[in-house]
Order: sequence, then C-alpha cells, then structure tokens
Amino acid sequence: MVPTNYYVILSAILFGLGVFAFVFKRNIITIFMSIELMLNAVNLAFVAFSQALGKLDGQVFVLFVIVVAAAEAAVGLGIIILIARNRQSLNVERVDLLKL
Amino acid sequence: MTAPLVVFFVLAALAILGALSLIWQKHPIHSALSLIVVMVALAGLYLLMGAEFVAAVQIIVYSGAIMVLFVLVIMLLNAGIEEHTSISKLAGVPGLLLVIALAGFIAATIARSSETVQAAMQTGAISSTKGISNMVFRDFVYPFELTSFLILVAIMGALVLAQREKS
Amino acid sequence: MSTFLSSNAELIISLVKIALLLFIVLTVNAYLTWFERKVVAHMQSRWGPHRVGPHGLLQPLADGVKFLFKEDPTPAGADKFVYYLAPLLALALALTSIAIIPFGPDPIHLFGHDIYLGIAPPDLNIGILALFAITALGVYGIALAGWSSNSKYPLLGGLRSSAQMISYELSLTMSVVGVLLIAGSFNLKDIIANQTSTKWGIFGWNIFPQLLGFICFFIAAIAETNRVPFDLPEAESELVAGFHTEYASFKFAMFFIAEYTSMITVSCLCTIMFFGGWLSPFPASWTFTHYLPSAILLPFGLWVIWDGIRYETIFGRIILPAVGTAITALGAVFILFPDVNTFIQGPFWLLSKIFIFLFIYVWMRGTLPRFRYDQLMAFGWKLLLPASIVNVIITSFVILAKMQWGPK
Repeated sequence: MVPTNYYVILSAILFGLGVFAFVFKRNIITIFMSIELMLNAVNLAFVAFSQALGKLDGQVFVLFVIVVAAAEAAVGLGIIILIARNRQSLNVERVDLLKL
Repeated sequence: MTAPLVVFFVLAALAILGALSLIWQKHPIHSALSLIVVMVALAGLYLLMGAEFVAAVQIIVYSGAIMVLFVLVIMLLNAGIEEHTSISKLAGVPGLLLVIALAGFIAATIARSSETVQAAMQTGAISSTKGISNMVFRDFVYPFELTSFLILVAIMGALVLAQREKS
Repeated sequence: MSTFLSSNAELIISLVKIALLLFIVLTVNAYLTWFERKVVAHMQSRWGPHRVGPHGLLQPLADGVKFLFKEDPTPAGADKFVYYLAPLLALALALTSIAIIPFGPDPIHLFGHDIYLGIAPPDLNIGILALFAITALGVYGIALAGWSSNSKYPLLGGLRSSAQMISYELSLTMSVVGVLLIAGSFNLKDIIANQTSTKWGIFGWNIFPQLLGFICFFIAAIAETNRVPFDLPEAESELVAGFHTEYASFKFAMFFIAEYTSMITVSCLCTIMFFGGWLSPFPASWTFTHYLPSAILLPFGLWVIWDGIRYETIFGRIILPAVGTAITALGAVFILFPDVNTFIQGPFWLLSKIFIFLFIYVWMRGTLPRFRYDQLMAFGWKLLLPASIVNVIITSFVILAKMQWGPK
C-alpha cells in the first residue's frame, strides 16, 4: 500500500507546477492546458482521499470534474479560435486591446 | 520497497517530469504531449489505487478527447513557438514565489493532518464500477442531470463562438 | 535455475505469451495484406500477386524486405522527435489493444499452471473500457504524423483524421452500451458468457437484440480504423497519401502494420460483442459439429496438395504439398485426439468469425467508393450518433420492462 500522504504531496506538486505554468506561459493554448493540469492534480487528490476513506464519493466527483473540464475545453477552445482569427496571434500579451 | 511503492514512484516521477516539460517546452504541441504523459501517468496511479473506472474515463475522456481537441486546435491555428517579452519573463518570479508559498501551505496542512488520514486508511478501499454507477444514478442524480445541461450549454456556446458571421 | 523458473513462473509465462502473440499477429498482418491483394484482384478480374513464391505466397516477405532496405529520408523542417514518435505510438497502441482480447474460454494446463489464451488476465473488469482507452489514444499517432511532417498534405490528412476519429468514437462507444446493459459487465469474458443459449447457440448472440447497435458499431469501427469507405485521412486521389505521405521505409511499415492490427482488433471486438465470441452457432447437443474444424482442414489440405503437384514452378511443387500435408495432419490430429478437439472448439469459432469480418473489410474495400468529407461528418453526427443513442434508449426500456413484467 502507498500512503495517502504521498498521493496528496504529488497532487500538491502538480498543482503548483500548474499554477506556475499558468503564470509563466504566454501562449494562450498552453495557459489553457495548465488549467487542465491543475484540474488533474485536484482529481488525484480526490481519488486518493476516496481510497483512504473507503468511500466512492471522491471518484464520482472526479467524473464530474472531467465532465466540466470537457465542457470548459469546448467553450475555451472556441474562444481561442475566435481570438486567433481576430488578432492573428496566440500570445496573450498581444491580446491587450479591448478594441480591434 | 514493495512493488506498489516502486510503481508509485515511477509514475509520480513521470507525472512531475511531464508537468515540468509542459513548462519547459516552447512549442504548444510539445507541451500538449507532455500533458498527455501526465494524464496517462495519473491514470496509472488511479489503477494502482484500484479506481479502474476513473482510470479508464481519465484516458478515454481526458487524453482521448479533450487533449485531441487541443492538438487539433494547435494544428488548425498553426501555433508557432512561444515568444517571451522581458515582462513575461519577469512574471516567472512572482509565479515561482506563489508556487513555493502554495506548496509550503499544502505541505504544512498535510503534516498537521497526517494522523487522521492514516487512521482512516484502516477502513480499506472499496472500488467498483457498480458502486460508482449506483452513486451517480442515485445519490448524485441531480448534479448528474445538471452536468448534461451544462454540456448542452457548452455545445451551443462553442457553436456560437466558432461560427463565422454571415455577411 | 529451477527455483528461478518456479518463482517467476507468471512473469515468464506472460513474456512467452507476449512474444508468441506478437509473432502470430505480425504474421497474420503480413498474410492479411496478401489476402487483401488477392481478393481485391479477383474482384477486379486480375490475378494479384503471383510471382514471388507459389500463388504469390512469399509476397509479404518480399514486401517486408523492401521496407527494411528502402531509403529513409526525413523531410526538412520536420519536428524530429514527434516525427519519430508518431509511427511508434501508432504501432505500440495497435498492438497493445490485441493484448486485451481473450482468445479462448478454457486455460491450458501446462507445467502445473493454468495458461489462458490471451495476455490480459481473464478477470479484467474494465476489459472493453481498456480497449476504448487504447483506441482513444490511437488518434495521436495519425494526427502527430500529419503535423510533424511539415508538409501540407499530411497536415490536411492529420486534421481530417483527428476530426473523424473524435466524431466516430462517440458512436462507437454509444453503440456498445446496449450490449453492456444486457451483459451487465465490462469484462469481455462475461459478455461472451452472457450470450450462451439453451437451444440454438446462434439465437443467444447479441446480434439479434442489438442489430441496430451492431450496424452503428461496425460503421463507426471502420471509420476508426480509417478503412474504405472512410479512408479520408489517406485519400490518395486528394491528399497523395494523407498523413503518411512523408514517411518511408520502416516508419511507413509501422503505420501499415498498425492499420492492419486495428482491423484485426475490430474484427475480434465485433465477434465478441455481437456474435457470441467463441460460442458455437449450433445447439450444444449436436456433438458432431465438433468435427467441423477437421472437416474444413482435411479437404483444404488435400486440395492444397493436389494443387501443389500440378503447380508450374518446381519450388511450388515442393512447398505447396508440404504445406498441404501440414494442414491435413493438423486436421487429422483434431480427429484423433478428442481432448485437443474439444479444446480448440472455442478458438476455432472465434477465429472463423474474425476471418469472416476481415473478409468483409476487404470486400468493402473492393466495392465501395470513398465518402466526401462533409458527407462523412454529416453521416457521423446526424445519423450514426442519434441511431446509437436510440439503440441505448430502446435497450434500456426493454430491460426495464423485462425486470418489471418479465418472467423471473
């Protein structure tokens, strides 16, 4: 058996890396991907606690998180395509004007 | 070291390396591939914990559908190598500080609460697809129906967003 | 040495099984190409390969050697890492999916171990989900190959394939839900066991209650494997060769093997999900059907010997009778040893059904024209997906009605 602590620590590290990527990356698609990384880290913690407590609620929650992530990806990528079409750039620093 | 521990450390190392590579890589496709590695490693960890269904869903939906969508969009928009200005390089410093603060906070929390988690470990894990489906369709049926509504809204939103205006 | 063997027996058995299955699958792949060329040729009133070896039987070998010795250029400006990764990924995932298929009901007792046919443990609870997980990852091989080649036709092929595979994966998964509802399990063995019938075996198969599901599944599966009429990612009249235009030599062979392996996997899945897997279509009381394998093998072997004696080349006159004798001997062994005969019943039915599906694949390639891209998308989203969802709804209502009013 692997102690639950290990999973939670791994989850924390991954979440931290996700936050860092979110702040550091400039490409809007990669920024979006770092959000997915954070969601994944949270999922890991959910499953780890679900296993530790012997309850399935955590796993059901992971399913919901995945569904929400899918919906989010659909809308988010739609927005990204729109940005790329209007600004000809995926760099967030170039998307700083409210008007075209 | 027992076999599960070895597997855990291998998969954990893979996940962390993937996450680091997500930050390190300049091209979005490489970042996407790194993220897929993280997701597959996490699916392996779920399997290790006995959460088979979640592991399968993780791979089918996350790495098989959502990430394919990302790769598709990257290919479609022909995204090039990321460019950094001096200000954006500076953004890494507060980012790093934030991460250290966050990691410290979480580590402190875990250190304080480790006893309770360890005590609960003894109850043992149950995991089965049947159990999950019972929960989804009985206890969580209301949120489950809500997610279907959410997906419907998301589909419509994506359609409206991606639609070209007719002139 | 003996302690090493006994303590690691499970591991060694698994390794041997993997090596054996890999060998079998690759050989079957090679001869599938021969079979395809022969059948399509005869459909078009041609001879097909007939120069290399008797009846062109050594053609796969010649092709393999050709693949190995061809020049292997990398296009300028290609993303090296991804360019090399893509064919590897495609092949590895295709071969992994075969590992989940169980090939027979009973284990062989050998050296005090129960050896099941198939690599995955028979009690794999997420069998079908694991297969879908692997197929879901299969998109990357093609999409990344198209992107990394740094060339316009492969990019178009890669884009097409990823859009196509995401779209059809939905119908593929939804069309299986009916079967899963009936079986109440993800385990492939349970799904087959659920299709046993007391009278005529064939009426217990899922194909009868799930005809709509099967049609949706088969169409979606063909689209997933990028075969005719859904081979838009590699449409040669529009895109040169689609995603593998820039691949040559062994890297191309990897895509080729991956495609044929996924054909085999899909045929296995069709058989297991809808056609009773290793179950015989006849009533269990008809014990004489147990001699069917021999009844097929013996005349076929004799025909091969007779054909070989009259063959034009001397090489053919030596090799064909030898092959024929081997086939006849195999048929004779099944008659002479009843234990062996009962054991091979399951694998025999499974393999014959798989063979029929592979033939249908080839048949369609010889018959059907390619879809147009917008037709493909409209077909997938507007017809196939609603049809498979309707199938799920009908199936669940029927099951509910049976639970409410049906006989206990």
